[in-house]
Amino acid sequence: MSLYSEKVMDHFKHPRNVGVIENADGVGEVGNAKCGDIMKIYLKIDGDIISDVKFETFGCGSAIASSSMATELIKGKPLADALSLTNKAVAEALDGLPAYKMHCSVLAEEAIKAAILDYYTKNNIPYDESLFRESSCAHCEDKPE
Amino acid sequence: MFVYADNAATTKVRPVALKAFNETATAYFGNPSSLHSAGQRAKEELTRCREKIAAVLGANGREIYFTSGGSESDNQAILSAAYAGARKGKKKIVSTAIEHHAVLHTLEKLEKEGFEVVLLPVGAEGIVKVEDAARELDENTCLVSVMLANNEIGTLQPVSEIGALCREKKIPFHTDAVQAVGHMPIDVNALHCDYLALSGHKFGAPRGVGALYVRTGAPLFSLIEGGAQERGKRAGTENLPAIAAMTAALEEATRDLPGYMKKVSALRDELIGNLSRIPHCALNGDPEKRLCGNVSFCFEGIEGESLLLLLDEEGICASSGSACTSGSLDPSHVLLAIGRVHDVAHGSLRLTLSEDTTEEEIAYLSEKIPKVVAYLRGMSPVWRDLQEGRRTYIL
Repeated sequence: MSLYSEKVMDHFKHPRNVGVIENADGVGEVGNAKCGDIMKIYLKIDGDIISDVKFETFGCGSAIASSSMATELIKGKPLADALSLTNKAVAEALDGLPAYKMHCSVLAEEAIKAAILDYYTKNNIPYDESLFRESSCAHCEDKPE
Repeated sequence: MFVYADNAATTKVRPVALKAFNETATAYFGNPSSLHSAGQRAKEELTRCREKIAAVLGANGREIYFTSGGSESDNQAILSAAYAGARKGKKKIVSTAIEHHAVLHTLEKLEKEGFEVVLLPVGAEGIVKVEDAARELDENTCLVSVMLANNEIGTLQPVSEIGALCREKKIPFHTDAVQAVGHMPIDVNALHCDYLALSGHKFGAPRGVGALYVRTGAPLFSLIEGGAQERGKRAGTENLPAIAAMTAALEEATRDLPGYMKKVSALRDELIGNLSRIPHCALNGDPEKRLCGNVSFCFEGIEGESLLLLLDEEGICASSGSACTSGSLDPSHVLLAIGRVHDVAHGSLRLTLSEDTTEEEIAYLSEKIPKVVAYLRGMSPVWRDLQEGRRTYIL
């Protein structure tokens, strides 16, 4: 299908880092099933480095591809790099997403941040709160029952 | 293997339709409005097509108006009845929650213009109740519009019963029969309808051609102004080759409807049986009162677009009512209307068969779909939560 770039299709059909990390140092889950997408990121952190990352995603092709690409972009990187990863960078790495699918890349950015926040919180590590804003997935809000 | 299981979206053009298209385009190339012999021959051919289509529907040739397709036919029928009603001070329209957008969006437009629109609910089986319709019919009702067969879940609606009620109360009655024509027997008198919309490409004609049946005496206004084609109700030079193709396709499709329906419904039931073995899934719509070629499921824990993309990789063309496949944020209004919550409505799959569908294709679909569903569930955090008891199964 030409809806997606070749790179999106590659990451969708052959997702990298799918799975679960048992006893992960940080776990983040964003989205909701009502909206049709949930992303869950598991992090293994050694010192300041993300030594391993896995994801599970319920969602469309671009949600799965965005998760896969985002994990690739942060694997083996310092936490500071992962924290500065933007949804735009994820979308660009995938050679672009259709406009109405950009929220999938937002979810990927937010899932990573949620997992890092979980790590900081669990380990009582002080952090800059401004880095962790509320969800910007606007369409998930005020959804009628 | 390549399996086309999206015949409710569109069908492959029948060879007999292509042949009719080609022959008409050359043998009857004149403009039916022209006085010369080439024009008059084309006009005669147009009349022959009209009468053949009418014969299939149990109608009179003068009651058939050719259009560009189902959407135009629905629009014209609804707007004509509504505006005629408004002139008499009647501004209430009764329809159903599961209509096609060609109907629903036209009704929304009328609502903005001051009409009162009542959309009847459907039960879990996806069928509107005659008594619910009866309750809404009153002296202010200018139109009732109920589809014959639903495009997503295939359910057949009690159109003849509702039509009879409307006839009794002298309320104009329209049925969107786009999914039904060519796939089940249709008789406008048995349906008691004043308007019936059909679309050629749903039964093997090319796209861009359809028809509107309008009972003699029912109001009809033109949507397109210009020449006096279609008895002044639809301007524009008639697309005669496509009309001839549609006529040939409809005649072929309805030549042996009982045989076609028996064959395809057996394949449908086999596929429904096989897919029902997937854990935590549900068939959408009544298992029996449905189009012979429609199979529609919801699978818990997965999302429909990713399912479609992976099935496409396996050569399977299908469809889904998930939000992501439509570009909107909400899943299909039909699935929500039958009570599927958002969470599972996102995981829907529609397979629509044709007379070309084979036993081998059913076996292939039955083998591949459970595998793809299991694969996607394997990477779904929702499925893991369900399996590990952190979330409750809905299906």
